[in-house]
Amino acid sequence: MAEHEITIDALDKDGNPLRYWVLNEKIHDAADSGAKHIIVKDVLGQRFIADCMEHSDVKIDIHGTPGNDLGVFLSGPTIEVFGSCEDQTGNTMNAGTIIVHGNAWDVTGLAARNGKIFVRGDGGYRIGIHMKEYLEQKPIIVYGGQVKEFFGEYMAGGILVALGLRIRNGSVEDVSAKEVVRGSIGSGIHGGTIYIRGEVPEHALGVSATLCSFTEDDLSLLTPILEEFCEYFDIPIEKIWEREIKKIAPSSSRPYGSYYNPRTV
Amino acid sequence: MRRDIIKHPDSRPSTSFWGRLGRVGTIGESRGKKGRIGVTIPPNGFIKDIEACGIAGLININGKRENGSRAVDMITTMTDRENGLGAGFACYGLFPDMADFYCIQLLLDDEVAKEKVEEYLKKVGNIVKDEEVFTTPVKGMHGPYPLIWRFFMEIPPSLVQGSPHIESEDDYMVDVIMHINVRINGAFCMSSGRNMAVFKGNGWSFEIAEFYDLRERYEGYMWLAHSRFPTNTPGWWGGAHPFNILDWSLCHNGEITSYGTNKRYVEMWGYKCTLLTDSEVVTYIWDLLCRKHGLPKLIASMAMAPRYFEDISLLTEDQKKVAKALRMTYGRAMINGPFSILVGTNRPNPSMIALTDRKKLRPMIAGISDDGNTAFAASEECALNRVGDMGEVWAPITGNPVIAQLYKGIVWKGTEKQFEGKNLRMEV
Repeated sequence: MAEHEITIDALDKDGNPLRYWVLNEKIHDAADSGAKHIIVKDVLGQRFIADCMEHSDVKIDIHGTPGNDLGVFLSGPTIEVFGSCEDQTGNTMNAGTIIVHGNAWDVTGLAARNGKIFVRGDGGYRIGIHMKEYLEQKPIIVYGGQVKEFFGEYMAGGILVALGLRIRNGSVEDVSAKEVVRGSIGSGIHGGTIYIRGEVPEHALGVSATLCSFTEDDLSLLTPILEEFCEYFDIPIEKIWEREIKKIAPSSSRPYGSYYNPRTV
Repeated sequence: MRRDIIKHPDSRPSTSFWGRLGRVGTIGESRGKKGRIGVTIPPNGFIKDIEACGIAGLININGKRENGSRAVDMITTMTDRENGLGAGFACYGLFPDMADFYCIQLLLDDEVAKEKVEEYLKKVGNIVKDEEVFTTPVKGMHGPYPLIWRFFMEIPPSLVQGSPHIESEDDYMVDVIMHINVRINGAFCMSSGRNMAVFKGNGWSFEIAEFYDLRERYEGYMWLAHSRFPTNTPGWWGGAHPFNILDWSLCHNGEITSYGTNKRYVEMWGYKCTLLTDSEVVTYIWDLLCRKHGLPKLIASMAMAPRYFEDISLLTEDQKKVAKALRMTYGRAMINGPFSILVGTNRPNPSMIALTDRKKLRPMIAGISDDGNTAFAASEECALNRVGDMGEVWAPITGNPVIAQLYKGIVWKGTEKQFEGKNLRMEV
């Protein structure tokens, strides 16, 4: 195993962050030369880390703060971030897993096509915007904490979850049920499902997002996903079931069909 | 007839925008690569960069004055956001010994322009002190370099006369600055506040920092920084951020689509927009709303990024009244379009304000250091983590400001509910 492990320092000899293309070149070279476990230290704002990488047996550990577009077009590897991510994490990702031990802010999972993103902390705006699915390709994004407006905007497929938990050093608390999500949830949603472990008032729903009843099917769909989440962040799954989970689905597959031409619908 | 005039692209006058960039088909150069424009190098002479403006700021709540190193580190960490066409810094708490006087810092074409400004300033007030601002040529930075000079001014009360819009020496000073920017050839006012100054120019952020020697030379309790990626307007010295009037400085990332409305609104109050860029007008709105109209910063933020009427309909009756009154009174001060801004001021208390548009179309992150002494705000979290052991880091709610005040700390976190209880009367 040892020869398959490579550590990369993301600082140059003067202690300044390497430019993103230099760092990415090193990470790709390591993966291409057969490394199975790549540890990247002192990451500070470098963008596009592991872009388009296809080695599905590679695990990349990131210590620090990766920049925008972490794992853009990712097609296989597992990325574990010990810190917080910035915007567009998992942009248009095809396959693979991203685990974030911190927050991941705006536009996470933008147009994702498959793969999984698990975030321990909070999120920002437009998470899962235009995520899509096809047959067994089904992207999944789970946030442990709170998220902000436009959660699942223009969503076309996949599964989005916000749990409203505050997970810190082994302790787990609920945040106020009112503060798990903010307005315009699933605005323009026309596929996929959003699950929210907290209150969802009617006025917080976006265009064509509808509250549905949470059934046995939803439970069996969510259980393996949440088990995986609990395993990464070491929390008991019973804690999650303590509060009711709300399900949001699209009311139409073409919510804006009559917007530009009223005669089309 | 008309066809004759525009029959061939080459007939465009060479002084036009296209002429300066080179005609299609002629030999041009882009990033060291030579080739035929529109054939082997892109038609507009540029290579596409995936970038956007970067903003960063910090305020030492305990009043400790520090040099520009951390501000420079923050902004240069986000170097992927800039393209070398403008950067700038604002420093507050810079001249504690001269804090009673306006510090006018100018970009000048030459000595002649400087003399003209000096002559004018002598006429409109007393020059207490003047000096050249230290600059050093930076390798690789494009010239020509301007002459940069600062004047410390005081305005004798007898000169502040009661014309309709002049009520105080601040109003008088605004007129002086507008006169310099509009009427005096070869001169441009970078900043005009008390106990603060703006250092900006056309270059990369690391170049501008080196050009003014900001890492070593100056100390202040608050620093704002901006690196520019010009989108709609040219990159030039005057057009770099932060924009300033009196001691209001503003760094902006985004585009103000309501510029025309806002511009006409502030023009009615005597402000003149001369910098060819949308961000300038927002600086004047802050000055107008907070200084001239006496609004608290929180209320001014609500006027600039007001709640939607759907949101207002969910408020209680008395809160609704306030929210609607703000929208009606300040409809023309509303900033539309994507923006995240960082504002610095000395009045009434030194504060840093971070605000984003209502749909969060530009990034903004706020944080406070582990020891609670320094508040930060920046476009990207990496800038925060570069310079300090961060305590809490959070994403402020859209249209809800983060306000950090000297000696008081984070007085508004940007995650509270607006329009509630005593919040409206807060004196910040």
